[in-house]
Amino acid sequence: MTEQAPILIVVIPLMCALMTPLVGWLRKSFCYPWVILSLTISTICSLLVLNTVIHQGVIHYYLGGWLPPWGIEYVVDHLNALMLVLVSGTALLVAVYSKRSLEQEIPDKIVYFYTVFLLQVTGFLGIVITGDVFNLYVFLEIASLAGYALIAIGEDGAPLASFRYVVLGTVGACFYLLAVGYLYIVTGSLNMADLSRILPELYGSRVVLVAFAFFLVGIALKMALFPLHVWLPDAYTKAPSTASLLLAPLMTKVAIYVMIRVMFTVFKPYFSIELLPVAQIMLWVGIIAIFAGAIMALAQIDFKRMLCYIIVAEVGYMVGGIGVANAVAIKGAILHIMNDVVMTLGLFAVAGIISYKMRHHNLSDFSGLFKKMPFTMAALVTVALSIVGVPPTCGFFSKWYLIQGAIMAGSWVFVVALLFSSLINIILFFRIFEIGYYSFNETDEAHGHGHEESAVINEAPLSMLIPTYIVAALIIFIGLYNQPILVNIIQFAVPKL
Amino acid sequence: MEFIVAKYNYWIYIILMMIGFYAMIAKKNLIKKIIGMNIFQTAIILFFVSTAYKKGTTLPILTSADAHGEHAIAVAQYLNPLPHVLMLTAIVVMVATLGVALAIAIMVYRRYGTLNEDEIIKAMK
Repeated sequence: MTEQAPILIVVIPLMCALMTPLVGWLRKSFCYPWVILSLTISTICSLLVLNTVIHQGVIHYYLGGWLPPWGIEYVVDHLNALMLVLVSGTALLVAVYSKRSLEQEIPDKIVYFYTVFLLQVTGFLGIVITGDVFNLYVFLEIASLAGYALIAIGEDGAPLASFRYVVLGTVGACFYLLAVGYLYIVTGSLNMADLSRILPELYGSRVVLVAFAFFLVGIALKMALFPLHVWLPDAYTKAPSTASLLLAPLMTKVAIYVMIRVMFTVFKPYFSIELLPVAQIMLWVGIIAIFAGAIMALAQIDFKRMLCYIIVAEVGYMVGGIGVANAVAIKGAILHIMNDVVMTLGLFAVAGIISYKMRHHNLSDFSGLFKKMPFTMAALVTVALSIVGVPPTCGFFSKWYLIQGAIMAGSWVFVVALLFSSLINIILFFRIFEIGYYSFNETDEAHGHGHEESAVINEAPLSMLIPTYIVAALIIFIGLYNQPILVNIIQFAVPKL
Repeated sequence: MEFIVAKYNYWIYIILMMIGFYAMIAKKNLIKKIIGMNIFQTAIILFFVSTAYKKGTTLPILTSADAHGEHAIAVAQYLNPLPHVLMLTAIVVMVATLGVALAIAIMVYRRYGTLNEDEIIKAMK
């Protein structure tokens, strides 16, 4: 069981996805426990794998028993193991959360939604676990295609947003495929470990340089790095709550994982940082992304769209952190991947609850919500404090390492960008708190005794609140226990510079 | 000139790719965008298949049984089959992308009654 765990993580959601229509045909209500069951097994497997990696080191799993340069190999080191747990755990929480929201938003498409949902999770898990560049492309496309479909069933305007995402996402994937082709011409290999062994002799080759550029641009499109982020806000705002809850935390972060893999595993850090000015470029792009994301977030009146621009800024944190290119900053960036998954999950979970209760997700819908939905808002406060970076929450620690690394490297502009974005986040969230505390709907006030009426607690259903609270607890928990996580896992995930 | 003629398949791949890219960016009609996307992807297939070709080689099918390893297989006589295999997978991915894109275009058409991007944006407001 344990030695088969790496493949089970991917295969179980895939098989369950294919069987979901059958289960739904038997009875529609079976789908929900079915999805939760499959994701629970997948999560348990990834926890097992993480445990094995911590105690015994890197796992190699050969598919069909074919040895690496010829067959496809799954490699799990500390970085993937952490990502696997994050992806499968997030998917499980989202699945638990999804029930009521789906019943309200797309009642007649639940069966197909869950099918595509599981395929999406399969795609993410496959991207993270594989050690083969072409296999990664296939999983990247599985994840993207499922994502297009999930977004397209959303509210008004979703099909067009999804269509734009299809066009840009395909360009990104094609660039990635071209890069794989260029590397294959010069090396004759598709295995990541094999590539990194063969490539150093070819670092002067122009083909390798072009491949590297195609890799970075293709992945940047998928991760919505600033000038290439245009598809993200529309797509995630208009997607159904559950779909954006799954996509928003994972898609960008998985893409950043791919970027780290390509820069530091397929190519050696020496190539990405010293031989080419890539790190410098990434640092500046990251800085611009932080400023642009933060400023555009200020201009939004739609809560979900505001969150989307926060994601754009957060992508800038991680890309900039990798661009600083010293061990502390990269440690911060990897810790921030983890934190950002949790925080984005929390934010979109709250957004989902708001749109479930209010049928909209504008900032004005928050009026009087502290009285109506105290539990939801308490969760929002926790997540917001973490996004701002207040000490006991996890957001503080990753920002701390990022800033520390930036100071060590002397990139002061990045420090300024991080602090600026924290300030903007304070404004963004305290504006919401102000609306939530002090403003009441006009209808309530016209009623005369609006205050008593709006004081009636009208909370979200438990199936939505519990995942949200698990996320809020995780934020505090990761914050308090960041040292064990850093020492046991992330320290080994940082590439040797 | 010789540089262009000797590597003409790569030039065609680049030209096809740019045609596709242009259609994706400049055309207003969603179906034309999808066709552009398909041309873009097909160009990559051409690229991969060209990389597999070697002058004076044949298909990688062994004519004589060689189970005992009596004489080594002369690799230089055969094409590289791997890019073709990769492209089979890539074609499947591309067909799936095409299907999803067309399905979304149908959704757009049913909701707004047009496939012109400008008119759709006008209708959304």
